Amino acid sequence: MQLEQFQYDNKIPRLFAIATLFWGAVGMLLGVIIAFQLVFPALNFDLSFLTYGRMRPVHTNAVIFAFVGNGIFTAIYYSLPRLLKTSMWSSKLSKIHFWGWQSIIVLAAVTLLSGFTTGKEYAELEWPIDILITLIWVVFGINMFGTILTRRERHLYVAIWFFIASWVTVAMLHIVNSFEMPVTLFKSYSWYAGVQDALVQWWYGHNAVAFFLTTPYLGLMYYFLPKAADRPVYSYRLSIVHFWSLIFLYIWAGPHHLLYTALPDWAQSLGTVFSIMLILPSWGGMLNGLFTLRGAWDKVREDPVLKFFVVAVTCYGMSTFEGPMLSLKNVNAISHYSDWTVAHVHIGALGWNGFLTFGMLYWLIPKFYNVKLYSKKLASTHFWIGTLGIILYAVPMYWSAFRSYFMMKTFTPEGQLQYQFMDVVQSVMPFYLLRALGGTIFLIGVLVMVYNLIKTAKQGKFVESETAQAAPLAKEYSAPKSHIWHSVIERKPILLLVLSLVVVGIGGLVELVPTFLVKSNVPTIASVKPYTPLELQGRDIYIREGCYNCHSQMIRPFRYEVTRYGEYSKSGEFVYDHPFQWGSKRTGPDLARVGGKYPDSWHFNHMLDPTSISPGSNMPRYPWLFENNLDISTTPSKIHAMRKMGVPYSSKLEATANDILKTQADQITASLKKDKIEISSDKEIIALISYLQRLGKDVRTSGVSNK
Amino acid sequence: MSVIILLIIVSICIAGGFLIAFLWGSGDGQFDDVYSPAQRILFDDEIESNQNTNE
Repeated sequence: MQLEQFQYDNKIPRLFAIATLFWGAVGMLLGVIIAFQLVFPALNFDLSFLTYGRMRPVHTNAVIFAFVGNGIFTAIYYSLPRLLKTSMWSSKLSKIHFWGWQSIIVLAAVTLLSGFTTGKEYAELEWPIDILITLIWVVFGINMFGTILTRRERHLYVAIWFFIASWVTVAMLHIVNSFEMPVTLFKSYSWYAGVQDALVQWWYGHNAVAFFLTTPYLGLMYYFLPKAADRPVYSYRLSIVHFWSLIFLYIWAGPHHLLYTALPDWAQSLGTVFSIMLILPSWGGMLNGLFTLRGAWDKVREDPVLKFFVVAVTCYGMSTFEGPMLSLKNVNAISHYSDWTVAHVHIGALGWNGFLTFGMLYWLIPKFYNVKLYSKKLASTHFWIGTLGIILYAVPMYWSAFRSYFMMKTFTPEGQLQYQFMDVVQSVMPFYLLRALGGTIFLIGVLVMVYNLIKTAKQGKFVESETAQAAPLAKEYSAPKSHIWHSVIERKPILLLVLSLVVVGIGGLVELVPTFLVKSNVPTIASVKPYTPLELQGRDIYIREGCYNCHSQMIRPFRYEVTRYGEYSKSGEFVYDHPFQWGSKRTGPDLARVGGKYPDSWHFNHMLDPTSISPGSNMPRYPWLFENNLDISTTPSKIHAMRKMGVPYSSKLEATANDILKTQADQITASLKKDKIEISSDKEIIALISYLQRLGKDVRTSGVSNK
Repeated sequence: MSVIILLIIVSICIAGGFLIAFLWGSGDGQFDDVYSPAQRILFDDEIESNQNTNE
């Protein structure tokens, strides 16, 4: 048996590590800015591309796909070759993957800030970028599977199982959730509508947490934690058991994001049951990580890398205990739409993803440069600053969540609501300020790390690649079960198989989805009609400005919500909503029944300067809506796209759509004139007012009581 | 709720894929040894480092 020599490349992992650091700092800076915007609305600067509604998606996308995404690739491109005793399958594909992913991130930032969004949380990117993501993901997949198939180590270490499952599932989620009907180059409508859209979206959204933020990072943990502690994982058997059970259960838990909404009850219960069960594999992973350090606590005291890992794994345990608890309907009634959810995800993002990444980088960068870390002391300082930042972030959020819940549901003895929505907003401001400070402190810690790692790199010499040697995989090996897998050794055909599977999968879904959605069996409400052309344009402005980031459109069947907002929402109301706009956080009041509640002039003044109508509001101003002319060139194609997806517009509407639109706009202008407001009827604000005034009206006119 | 049917079918396919992967893995002997893999990753097999300055 001749030993073969091969190279472990460090160039690509180092590039990904630098990208992780850079985008991490950028994403967290954006987070700090939007946190302060919620307290000081002046920080929106009256500029469209700096308003909260557009910045928040950039923050979430940057942290999830840029910071954690690059962290995943750093871990995989470093550990996979070493675990399999081979070099990455193709250095060309590695480069395409790296630069492709970074260009996606830049495109994402530019388009989101420009207002191009699909309006679906964590899947906001428009259709051309969705396609680009798919292509780059396939490139990454080919590279990963190519590496696995050309390995010199027959056994696949548990981390690799996690990486494989992550790749497969993210591909599927992204494809199914990104079905959209293009209207123009940067505008599309979600294929699904209303309740269906919500269900697909949260099936995706929850599994993005599962298979982008959790499983790849568990793979990372299973490689870097034992390496850093220099001791084997506590129980390899447990790691296998918890892997298979975790990935099996996670797929089903999505509906717990839609408890008490218009989603059918049985689906809600299904999601809840699986979410409760999820605590077992999750805690299996946490305990396995912590027990790996059994007897190594003296090392933890010394080594900042292990400190970061311990807190990361502990935060993982906290989040995954909280998750199942939040899936209980009575607990979810408190947390849904509140700051509790925000606290929950940040324990995960700052603690689990953040600290695990930091630990990995503190371990990895010195290895790349063949030196010791520049300053252990600074790393320890970063550790304490970061931990303090997490606490200062989370605790005020929990507090404000409970505070706002109790304020919202309090009735006076006479049966009136005790507090206005504005009272609640005012009372949580101090907590928002503390949260912003917590985030700032966390960011300072990250900057300390960047400094420390740059200093480290400067002291050493970059090791571009490391030579290793191992025996090739024996060709004559035959698996005990069958000889089918003999061809695995022959490598190339399998790659084709993987590729063709991906292609066939996409093709199959394209065939399947329309077939399934031809007949929507959501209970129809006869009085619910499609949006008029002007309202449709207004709705797209609502989506463009990211209103759904602060306003829900889903009234849950609770006394205090029905009293405050109106009749609870029914699934049949949303059949024409591509995409749905239920939202997941109420920084402002629910808008599901806002139509007709206030005069047009109220909305006009409110969008111009919210504080003039509601003193103390933390909503930004939208002056550009009063200056920009509505682009009505897109109206016919929007109507056409909607009809294709089953919205019953008459077949000749395209020709007359803009005339109908102008008539309605003139009516609104006339009603504004009555209130002494002069504005031409071709401005964007007119369309937005028409949409807001439509919300919830259809059900009201049908005689459904509306207290 | 036709889309729920679709999601369940897709979820079952994925879960089924996981099951097949597991059966193959265990049939292939991936899980026969639960001791040495955990140890093995701790050993570095680099024989030398190519010191190149990074331009």
